[in-house]
Amino acid sequence: MTGAERRETWPLWEVFVRSSRGLSHVHAGSLHAPDAELAVRNARDLYTRRSEGVSIWVVPASAITASDPDEKDAYFESPRGKDFRRATYYTASESVPHL
Amino acid sequence: MSAATSPTASPSEASKLAAFDALIAENQRIEPSDWMPEAYRKTLVRQMSQHAHSEIIGMQPEGNWITRAPSLKRKAILMAKVQDEAGHGLYLYSATETLGITRDEMLDQLHTGKAKYSSIFNYLAPSWADMGSIGWLVDGAAIANQVPLCRASYGPYGRAMVRICKEESFHQRQGFEILLALMNGTEAQQRMAQESVDRWYAPALMMFGPPDAESPNSQQSMAWKIKRFSNDDLRQRFVDMIVPQAEFLGVTLPDPDLRWNEDRGHYDFGELDWDEFYAVLRGSGQANALRLAKRRAAHDEGAWVREAARAYAERAASSERLAS
Repeated sequence: MTGAERRETWPLWEVFVRSSRGLSHVHAGSLHAPDAELAVRNARDLYTRRSEGVSIWVVPASAITASDPDEKDAYFESPRGKDFRRATYYTASESVPHL
Repeated sequence: MSAATSPTASPSEASKLAAFDALIAENQRIEPSDWMPEAYRKTLVRQMSQHAHSEIIGMQPEGNWITRAPSLKRKAILMAKVQDEAGHGLYLYSATETLGITRDEMLDQLHTGKAKYSSIFNYLAPSWADMGSIGWLVDGAAIANQVPLCRASYGPYGRAMVRICKEESFHQRQGFEILLALMNGTEAQQRMAQESVDRWYAPALMMFGPPDAESPNSQQSMAWKIKRFSNDDLRQRFVDMIVPQAEFLGVTLPDPDLRWNEDRGHYDFGELDWDEFYAVLRGSGQANALRLAKRRAAHDEGAWVREAARAYAERAASSERLAS
């Protein structure tokens, strides 16, 4: 057995931290851990050392399917040129109160 | 949650309830993993699923007008708005699922008529001006109702509402500008706008629900901080907002009792026809049967798409297994 083969390969986990009650869990970063329980503990030690959170989620990185970053422009093209989805597009009613 | 359904309160349940009450008292949010009283859960499931159903059924009156909207620009705007409503329904269904009910159960309740949706969508929208009135008055009332819900005590509901309110900011303006264009148009167009406002004004005011005295569930919802303001308070706030808007448009709001009350610092307005409200709620509105039939048909006719997608995913998964 070579050294490279003996190397430990713990799976990668993505860590999501809720900074306070009422807010969403937000992606904080990732870490390696042998199982989910240790991943949560390591995440606490790694990502909440300054009380950044009140709740942690860990998700196996392999379970995440992502869009292709190289396709970014084409993939997200549709909303472009559709300013009418924003209130600021409607200028005729700009001065109307409470609108 | 088994603790919540147990009929007798054990000491541990009493302490859980105390913890829940303390969170509510401190204006904190309740999250899906927290213990909560069964009645709180039920109230939320009813309100949130009804809210989701309203978004889904709410696509119909405007969806009907996409092909007939008077310009490409108006079609594009209307499509964007109907897309938003579909999206808002989906945010709310997902948030409701965190309470332990499945999407299929909710859809069944909608399709069998067990669950309600907002009665406003049981009115027909026969003229183009109705797209303006729906945006200005119906979405306006919905927004007045929804803004305080961003602070609802149940975390997933509040967060869904934040997203929804942000996206809806254009809905009311686009409706207002449809009416503004008509009011700046020919006499016939002005009449069309006024006739539409005449039909939508009272039903929009009724969207806030029955008067406080006849709304017994409201008080509990306010104690739980799901609801932040009473039906009558929200209705008053809405009337105060739309009067100057109506003046800007040059339309008359069809209420002879509508006038500024200096002492109250609010507009007084006339009694609403609550018999009509309850009749529509019971099913005898203009479009109750139509809306539900169309929804059921859309679901049934979409079955093959869901089946095909599932078959495709299963085949892809099994060929992946074979390859590995």
